[in-house]
Order: sequence, then C-alpha cells, then structure tokens
Amino acid sequence: MRVENVIQVDHLTKLFGVRRAVDGISFTVERGEVLGFLGPNGAGKSTTMRMITGFIPPSAGSVMVGGFDVAENPIPAKRMIGYLPENAPAYTDMTVAGFLNFAAEIRGLRGDKKKQAIARAVEMCSLEPVLHQSVDTLSKGYRHRTCFAQSILHDPDVLVLDEPTDGLDPNQKHEVRGLIRRMGATKAIIFSTHILEEVDAVCSRAIIIDRGKIVANGTPADLRRKSEMAGAITLRVSGVAAAAVSSKLYQIPQTKRVNVLEDKNKSVMVCVYPKPNAADGELLRAVGELAQGWRIELLQPEEGRLDEVFRSLTLPDTEPKSAIGHRASAIQK
Amino acid sequence: MSAWANIKTVAKRELGAYFTSPLAYVFIVIFLLLSGTFTFLLGGFFERGQAALAAPFFIWHPWFYLFLVPAVGMRLWAEERRVGTLELLLTMPITTWQAIVGKFLASWLFLALALALTFPVVITVNYLGHPDNGVIFCGYLGSWLMAGAYLAISCITSAMTRAQVISFIISVVLCLCLLLAGIGPVVQFLSGWFSPSTVSAIASCSFITHFANFEKGVLDSRDVLFFVSVIVFSLFTTAVILRGHRRG
Repeated sequence: MRVENVIQVDHLTKLFGVRRAVDGISFTVERGEVLGFLGPNGAGKSTTMRMITGFIPPSAGSVMVGGFDVAENPIPAKRMIGYLPENAPAYTDMTVAGFLNFAAEIRGLRGDKKKQAIARAVEMCSLEPVLHQSVDTLSKGYRHRTCFAQSILHDPDVLVLDEPTDGLDPNQKHEVRGLIRRMGATKAIIFSTHILEEVDAVCSRAIIIDRGKIVANGTPADLRRKSEMAGAITLRVSGVAAAAVSSKLYQIPQTKRVNVLEDKNKSVMVCVYPKPNAADGELLRAVGELAQGWRIELLQPEEGRLDEVFRSLTLPDTEPKSAIGHRASAIQK
Repeated sequence: MSAWANIKTVAKRELGAYFTSPLAYVFIVIFLLLSGTFTFLLGGFFERGQAALAAPFFIWHPWFYLFLVPAVGMRLWAEERRVGTLELLLTMPITTWQAIVGKFLASWLFLALALALTFPVVITVNYLGHPDNGVIFCGYLGSWLMAGAYLAISCITSAMTRAQVISFIISVVLCLCLLLAGIGPVVQFLSGWFSPSTVSAIASCSFITHFANFEKGVLDSRDVLFFVSVIVFSLFTTAVILRGHRRG
C-alpha cells in the first residue's frame, strides 16, 4: 500500500480570547495509522479535532486533509472525513433509521448506494434492534453507536473520533476498539481518549498533548520507554535484611536508585531503577548474578507504564518527576 | 445541482422534525382557532356584508405572527447548539449557507401549510358572495412573505442563544418594534422627536405599512422587495452570528 500523509496538521493554533487552547501543534497521520490522542481534560484535544474537521477555524496554522486545506477548501476535505463529535450528538426527534438516512443523503448517497451504506453501518455497529426507535429513547451506548454509524456511512478515508468509547460498557468498549483497529488498516484514524489501556489495544502511534502543546509523540512502546520504570527490575528475596539488599544493589554500576517497596515477614521487595544510559537487559543480568546467593521469590523486568509517562508529562511542574514515578509504582504494588 | 440537493436534504429533515414533535399540531390548531375566532367574531365577517377578506381576516395576521412565528423559529438553531448537532451539521460536506437556507425554507413551508389550511375562510366567502379572488390571493402572498420576514428575524435570535425561551422573547420584541413602527400613534409620537424624513424612514420599515398594500390587493414590487430583503438580510446576519460562535 502506498504510504501517504492523509492528515497534515501544521503549526495549528487556536486562541480563545488570550488563552491558547491549542498552541502551534504539528503532526501527520498516514493511511493505515491509528493515532491516539491523549491528554488531560482541557488540554486542547477536542479543539484540535474540531479544527481538523472544519467546525472551527484555526487562529493560525493549517490542516490539510487528503491534500485539501480544510479552511480554504472545506467541502472536498469534509467529504473525506467521518466525524464522531464529543458526547455523540444526534437529532433526538428522529428514529435511528431516519437519522442515518439523513446523514447518508447529506453525504450525497442516493438509491441503492444509500441503502447498502446504511445496511453496512447498521451491521458494523449492531444497530438492528433499535433501528426504528427514536434517538431520545436510546441508551447511551446505542446512541453513541448511532452517531458512530453516521461517521462511517460513506466509508471515509479519514476518521476523527472524539472519545469513541466514552460511556460504553466494557463489552461495547471492546467492540468499538475492535472496529477501530480493523478500520485502521485502510484508513487514517485519529481518536482521543482518557483511557490509557486503549492506546495499547488500538493505536499504532500516540500523541500526548498538554496545555495545547504536544509533549510526546511516538508508538506506545516508544512512550513507555520514556517512563522511569522502563528497564527497572523488581526483586523479592527472603531471609536477607533490606539494608543489605539495598547496599549490594547499589554496587551495580547501572543502578540509579533502589526503592524498598516492602519489608516484612523477612521478605524484602525492592525496585531497582537503571541509569538512563544503561543498555537493555544489562541491569537485569547484573541483578540476576548478584541475587544468586539469596532466596529469590520474584525477579521481574518492568516495561514501563503509560500512566506514569502520562502523569509525569502532564502534571504541573511543581512536583518532581521522580517522586511521581515512585508513588505510582508504590500504589500499583 | 448538489447545492440544491443539500438544501433539500436539510429542509426535509427539518420539516420532518416539526411533525414528529407536537409543535406542528399545536401551532396549526392554535393558528386556525385564532384565525376563525378573530375573523368571524371580532372581525365582524358577517356584519360587514362584504365579500372580502382584507378587514376581517388578513388584518389580524401581523399580530398572530408576532407570537406564533417566533415560536416556530426559536428552535431552529438554539436546539442544534444545545444538543450539539450543530457540530455534526456543519462538519458535513455542506456550506453554512445551505444549512441556513434549508432550515429557513423548511419552517417557511410549514408556515405556508398552516396558512393554506385557512382555506375554509376562502370557501365561505366565495359561497356567500362574489369576492375578488385576485385580491384574496394577493393577501395570502403578502401574509406568507410577512411570515417569512418574522421567521428570518427569529432565525437571528435563535442563532444567538442556546435557550429557546430567550430566543422567543428577543424575537417577539424585535418583531414588535418592526410592527409598531408604522402605526399611527407611534408615528405621531416619533414625529415629536425626529425630523419628518427620519420618521418616514422608520415608518417605512414597518411590516404593517407594507402588508397593508397586499391586503388591498396591490402587488407592489417595493413591498415584495421589502420583505425579501428583510429575509435576506436576516439570514445573512444569522450566518455572521454562526461564524462568530465558531470563531470562539
């Protein structure tokens, strides 16, 4: 498949009064990519998506969708986009079938093409049971899927989904994620979420934005590597004093810090953090050799955690990053 | 043409929305009740002994519309903004203009339907005497154009707010100003304050003065132009307001 930049966001900025909701962000999304858009509430995710879909004009910068500038040439750009806005709005006075029919017609679909498109979307989103029900009588999950069905009716090249799994139950979440992953093979998809596990489940790449700026951009594995936990070793031994374990571990040249997580019933659990320049696996080998004299109950390398990266990148700078990492790991254990 | 197809699609949805809610039925029933009561009881239709509709029937229309048309127009944009469907509509491959015209046309057609349902009055007057049906037709045309002007003003106020009630109140007040501007006592009052040319300029913006010609059966292009330009101007203002919201 030809690789192309379907979405190109260039120094996009949005000012609301003097507040910079989105502050000069740039990124591209290629066909076949699923980009996860992460950030705390109010970071500028929805504003960015609204600019990409042409709902609000940018204060500066530009968005190109399929080669069309969204601000200059909105109609052909909008034709390529399917959009699920935040909170999944739908006309409450219409039936699901009526709503989808309207959406199909406004997308220029007529006759058999329209029927097929609606049937396909209804099937993908499992909407048959509520097809002739009025939208305002639907449960939140069905309503969400109705709006989602609207966004995929015309089989768009670009999908922009603002919190597509918000308010769904775990089964529905799983379904929607599967749907996004499957469609991601042939489309360029951007979706925003608060749920970090979704990034691993669905995304090929993730962007973290905070206060209108991109603070991280990479594959989920890349992001995880930014974590202090990445490459750390969790070790549990028994029959040795905590101080002895700790002082021994500090003798390893790759060790940056040793945290004692637990010390009771003569069993000690520690976490050894590597120095930033330590090569993969080096610390694990060293700890393994050192621990041979002890009774090992657990020896486990850590992958690094997205939630920790997320927190360290998006929390106000007043808290030192290492403290955050520490607390996060203490809570998890 | 695709522009027309888009307008039609938007209008069709909007018109459907009137009839899935009780609004359409309540509106039509009340409009017909009011027309009937005012024509036959207060208007003295039978006492007049004239086969004409101007005085007993059309004369009330500016006052009915004052309250009824803002009630029809108040939901047009306020509801879309409140529910969030505006975001959906304006990210579809249509222009803002197509959406505005489509929604306006739907409501205007709805008003045309309500107006057309007053046909028993026309039948009655034809049964009882020999009216000039040209004059009656002209009255209907004028009434519909005037309803369009009221509606377009309601579009502006509806685009200004998320709350339908606020939209309703503001548009009633605006329409009342436009209505009263041409009425005798108001003109007299104004002439104490302004120069005669200013007063006549204000009075010429009144719906009543322009509608009066239609009632008499005079189809003056200036009156048609007046109502059409109020509509176009108001829809343009609606577009400006919507763009303003999106700018943030």
